[in-house]
Amino acid sequence: MDELLKILQANALESREHIAQMLELPLDQINQRIAEYEKQGVIRGYQAILNEDELGLEKVTAVIEVKVTPQREGGFDTIAQRISRFPEVRSAHLMSGTYDLLLFVEGRTLREVAGFVSERLSPLEGVLSTSTHFMLKTYKQFGVLMQSEGADERLTITP
Amino acid sequence: MSGSPSLRNRLSTTVRDLPRSGIRDFFDIVSTMKDVISLGIGEPDFDTPWHVRESTVFALERGATHYTSNLGYLELRRALAAYVRKVFGAEYNPDDEILVTVGVSEALDLALRALLNPGDEVLYHEPCYVSYRATIVLARGVPLPVESRAQNGFRLTRAMLEAKATPRTKVLMLNFPNNPTGAVMDRGDLEEIAAFAVERDLIVITDEIYGELTYDRPHTSIASLPGLRDRTIFLHGFSKAWAMTGFRLGYACGPAELVEAMMKIHQYTMLCASSLSQKAALEALSRPETDIGEMVEEYRRRRNFIATALAAMGLECHRPLGAFYAFPSVAKFGLSSRDFALKLLGQEKVAVVPGTAFGNCGEGFIRCAYATSMDQLKEAMVRLGRFVEGLGRSRGPAH
Repeated sequence: MDELLKILQANALESREHIAQMLELPLDQINQRIAEYEKQGVIRGYQAILNEDELGLEKVTAVIEVKVTPQREGGFDTIAQRISRFPEVRSAHLMSGTYDLLLFVEGRTLREVAGFVSERLSPLEGVLSTSTHFMLKTYKQFGVLMQSEGADERLTITP
Repeated sequence: MSGSPSLRNRLSTTVRDLPRSGIRDFFDIVSTMKDVISLGIGEPDFDTPWHVRESTVFALERGATHYTSNLGYLELRRALAAYVRKVFGAEYNPDDEILVTVGVSEALDLALRALLNPGDEVLYHEPCYVSYRATIVLARGVPLPVESRAQNGFRLTRAMLEAKATPRTKVLMLNFPNNPTGAVMDRGDLEEIAAFAVERDLIVITDEIYGELTYDRPHTSIASLPGLRDRTIFLHGFSKAWAMTGFRLGYACGPAELVEAMMKIHQYTMLCASSLSQKAALEALSRPETDIGEMVEEYRRRRNFIATALAAMGLECHRPLGAFYAFPSVAKFGLSSRDFALKLLGQEKVAVVPGTAFGNCGEGFIRCAYATSMDQLKEAMVRLGRFVEGLGRSRGPAH
């Protein structure tokens, strides 16, 4: 992957000037390439990674395995895209194995998520079955540990 | 100095006359202060790769807690032979040409003690790692430092060695990529040195602990050059490339006669390297490209940043090509390296190591390690820039 993207993926707030220094490239070129990536839709947005467990929010996340029937035209894409458009669905992936789609669905309460599954998701044409698991705690997300690592234990001066 | 003078008189004169490491002295000052950003740390800020740590725990559970063969686990030596062949281009027989040691420091000590008779001379280059001179002296050898220079990218030339060598010179010690200068030697540079070693029938000890950490060109090992393998002791370890300093695991590769001699000292003094560290090393060798690749990329970005930042504040610095050190000159401010470092520490709370800790010819330079997070590095460069600007102003045009 382009090193520029790696840097942004690790920290989207990295200043353009600093990126230019790290890659030993002119600032103009960095700006231009980022603009291109945004235009092409390779970069689809910039978000903060939150440790939501710390916020004490009234919120429930469910991980839902869904079996679907692929459609004659469009295969899995048509049904997957239809499901993905619900704002409750935070992420959706096509999987290999015993089920087809893996969804991360958010709601304020257990009842709300259950309602989404029974009233919106299950009745969709092509959805054969669902299996819902409620998430209890997040340890790591997007490659970031949710628990802070210990302080630097190195001696302050070493040979 | 505290302590009884009579006890001091009973110390070995060699040890008594050995100076304390300049780095130790500086550490004592820095450790009394709070909130210091340290560019003085000669070890990676990365964590040891998790698979290595996890498998060390597993090895402990499984009971790998006994003595190992003096040379080290055979399985590990086999993996080392394969790694050294692939990465450094030199062939060693795992049965009798590889010795696993407690860090490269032990390996270096063993090599010198195995080779030197009292009075034998060892050619080495300064500025260099803090232990070289002391290790030579403790092995009853005579240190012959060759001064490498910034104008020459801190590389060695044949002429520099010729000017110092005498008929009593027995060993040539090399360390590239270099701590503290970040210098590397290309194949052509090494060929010149290799020819000299062959001509003078020198044994070469090459400390290539930073061998994986080069940023512009791949590393060449002198042990891989034609005719050099059989007169070379190649030293390497896991501290830098795998961020495993605390595991204390190194190794020496060389002709069987030399490894056997080193093993004799090792078996009487150390017996074997830690069994757990050896298991960890074996795991580390299972996927070196992934582990090291990402760290090298990050070090390269930091190197680029620090080189740009030093240049922007007007500090002359040869381009660091390997290891994780920049070694800029501060001579123009008219302060000694030590005074510069002390003043910087006092005013801006940034710790660097005075060049003199690495030999007298390090005067006029400071070592800035970039094995620290980018955030810290950025802040350190802001502070160093402010400090340097202040010094420039206070000197004024009258000077």
